[in-house]
Amino acid sequence: MTLIDELATWLSDPAHWTGPDGMVPRLLEHLAFSGGSLFLAVAIALPIGLAIGHTGRGALATISISNIGRAIPTLGLLGIVLTITANWWPPYGFFLIPTVTALVALAIPPIVTNTYAGLRAVDPEAIEAGRGMGMRELQLLWQIEVPLALPSILTGLRVSAVQVVATATLAAVLGAGGLGRLIIDGIAQHDDAQLFMGAVLVGLLAIATELTFAWLQRRAVSPGLRARSRAGGDIG
Amino acid sequence: MPPGEPFIRPAWIVDNLDVIWQRLTEHVGMTLTAVVIGFAISFAAALLIRRRRTLTAVVLGFTGILYAIPSLALFAFLIPFTGISFLSAEIALVSYTLLILIRNILLGLESVPPEVVEAATGMGYTPRQLLWRVELPIALPIIVAGLRIATVTTVGLVTVTALIGQGGLGYLIVVTGVRGFFPTAIWVGAVLSIALAVLADVALLGVQRWLTPWSRARGSAA
Repeated sequence: MTLIDELATWLSDPAHWTGPDGMVPRLLEHLAFSGGSLFLAVAIALPIGLAIGHTGRGALATISISNIGRAIPTLGLLGIVLTITANWWPPYGFFLIPTVTALVALAIPPIVTNTYAGLRAVDPEAIEAGRGMGMRELQLLWQIEVPLALPSILTGLRVSAVQVVATATLAAVLGAGGLGRLIIDGIAQHDDAQLFMGAVLVGLLAIATELTFAWLQRRAVSPGLRARSRAGGDIG
Repeated sequence: MPPGEPFIRPAWIVDNLDVIWQRLTEHVGMTLTAVVIGFAISFAAALLIRRRRTLTAVVLGFTGILYAIPSLALFAFLIPFTGISFLSAEIALVSYTLLILIRNILLGLESVPPEVVEAATGMGYTPRQLLWRVELPIALPIIVAGLRIATVTTVGLVTVTALIGQGGLGYLIVVTGVRGFFPTAIWVGAVLSIALAVLADVALLGVQRWLTPWSRARGSAA
């Protein structure tokens, strides 16, 4: 049987769409894991990036931490957190906590470094002008620095989101849900159609995430900055 | 994990040094294979792009898409065609090195000042001599910077190949560790793969310093 025949047979079974192990529940699990982790990562990383970007302190530590992060393989991080949390809160310590911890840890560095880089690149004269108008520190941050740094901040968010969606696939190794399950189960059951559909869905989701955040970036950035926003590349 | 099981059992490590060493050498072998083949393809592609500029967008676009596909998905895509095999693992690993390496080789060659090319041409260098004796030595720091990123990334990705039946340190993490409920193997695999990534990074930086003594004198960092 060729792959196309196998795919046709596999896809014609409704259980593979909406059944408990079907593509729809797996996709929803994947989105829940990724969305929750990204939300947590933003809640942690954005204040840090804004603080070091505004004050200019702690830059070296930030860059060092994100460089170390690059060397830690996600699978290793998942495993290490698993050994620590496995017996904390059964059964969640076995898949939920390691997955979310690894995804959050992965998502933080791009957001912090891009937020920091965006704030540092703001024209000091704009900040000086704000100060001359009597703005307080927080007003300077929200009304001048953040709007001007928004393209860079959103680039960080986009890089993190794509990485989180991609890496959430590995959660299946711990027996958690998500689209990675289709791949891992497909390999275990020698079911080429299942693992192929898993790979297709993960790939499409990664591309969709990239496009969604690129669209968000175009929508959210001030029109006056749009011409310049193309120039800023990825840092993470 | 079984309750009361310690993170590390030193006795297991001592008893299984041969197994750990085998997984480590497999990991190094898979990484080297991917980076060497990836570099050969990237070098040829970069030289081709320099001859035909119109190819730039096509090649960088294609390798960019490959780079964006999550690792487990790319491995899984290949299984229906090349099976659960070393070949599937290496095709995916090589694919991931291409974008970084091609981009950095091109950036490196573009960083050569036009006056230098002009001077060498005026001295009668053939295009081949120009490439090997003038352009590549000047481009080396940027090319090695790309090699460092590609190598560190590959060391991490090789751990994932354990999920498609390969060895390497990922085998210790996934099969012996997670599936065998054995924390020691997870820690050994993870710590060794981090150490390997850092070591490879430092070693490549050392090679670059050694090959470009002039940049060391100027204290330039790549």
